[in-house]
Amino acid sequence: MSSGAELVAATAVLGAGTFAFRVAGPILRSRVTLPARVERLVGVAVVVLLAALVATSALTDAHSFTGPARPAGVAVGALCAWRRAPFLVVVVAAAAATAALRLLGVS
Amino acid sequence: MRSIWRTRRVPTSGLARDIALVCAADTVVGASFGAIAIGLGLPSWLPMLLSVVVFAGAAQFLFIGLVAAGGSPVAAVAAGLLVNARHLPFGFAVGDVFGTGWLRRIAGSHLMVDETVAFTLAQHEPARRRKAYWLCGSGLFISWNAGVVLGTYGGRAVGDTDALGLDAAFPAVLLALLLPSLGTGPNRRAALAGVLVALAATPFLPAGLPVLLALAGVAAAGTGHSGRRSGGRSHVRHAHGSAGGSRVRRGRRSAGGSR
Repeated sequence: MSSGAELVAATAVLGAGTFAFRVAGPILRSRVTLPARVERLVGVAVVVLLAALVATSALTDAHSFTGPARPAGVAVGALCAWRRAPFLVVVVAAAAATAALRLLGVS
Repeated sequence: MRSIWRTRRVPTSGLARDIALVCAADTVVGASFGAIAIGLGLPSWLPMLLSVVVFAGAAQFLFIGLVAAGGSPVAAVAAGLLVNARHLPFGFAVGDVFGTGWLRRIAGSHLMVDETVAFTLAQHEPARRRKAYWLCGSGLFISWNAGVVLGTYGGRAVGDTDALGLDAAFPAVLLALLLPSLGTGPNRRAALAGVLVALAATPFLPAGLPVLLALAGVAAAGTGHSGRRSGGRSHVRHAHGSAGGSRVRRGRRSAGGSR
């Protein structure tokens, strides 16, 4: 595993790069106006990125697919969200469902 | 850009309560992050440092997963940056909130996360947008970091985070945040296409890259013209001079009785 110094450096670089992404918009938007079509596409892109993030973090571990316990738990959370439950209920329900399945021997 | 996320108007007290609920949920997700990091054998200062310096859940989970599995820190950073690229459009969407003061832009930009952006985009008046942004942004910074500290030290007591199902917490929160946006045809098509691309690419590509490849799915959303065919709802809003086609809608998060 990497050394402590390497981890600190990696954290710093990740933090700096992320900050650059975040601050670019606020700095540039006074000088740049995006055409409406681009704005719309950016909106779609945001949805697509978040959806892909949900799918990969729910279904995969690095390069392979996980067992059904985690996706099932996330599905339970999704059901709660669809029924307009508060975020806190969604999170606890998802974790509890996953834990329950693992207790029953599902991976 | 504020036309992209639409919802009913939310009274102020409802907004504060919704934000409080999100903060509570993210305390739990932060605790899961701290506990998982410890469970993976990482030093206890790492989750806390990441949570202050990076302050982005998806990238942090990816980072610790890769580092703990023996991946190089360079790969972990690359994956984190790829996945955090979404903050670039976010910044354009909420940039009006900061005004021109450089200190506010710097502090405010660091607080930019998915939930805060979502709450801000759901407001339509400048004063309410600022209020939503700063309340949610600072509330989440405190809650997330408090959660991570709790999880880091509680994690030692917990031991097996998988047994508690903690790995399901983060995807669940993200999905709950996203669900209202998946109501419209173009968004749903694009998201589905993107998800399929990302999942298909996962066994072959380094972490973080499959998520970016999912952007190919945007093509499935169609152009502004096909938006007319896919749903009258989006076409009607075109009259306001905002972009036609897809709409990303953000519903309220609150206890049932409040409606």
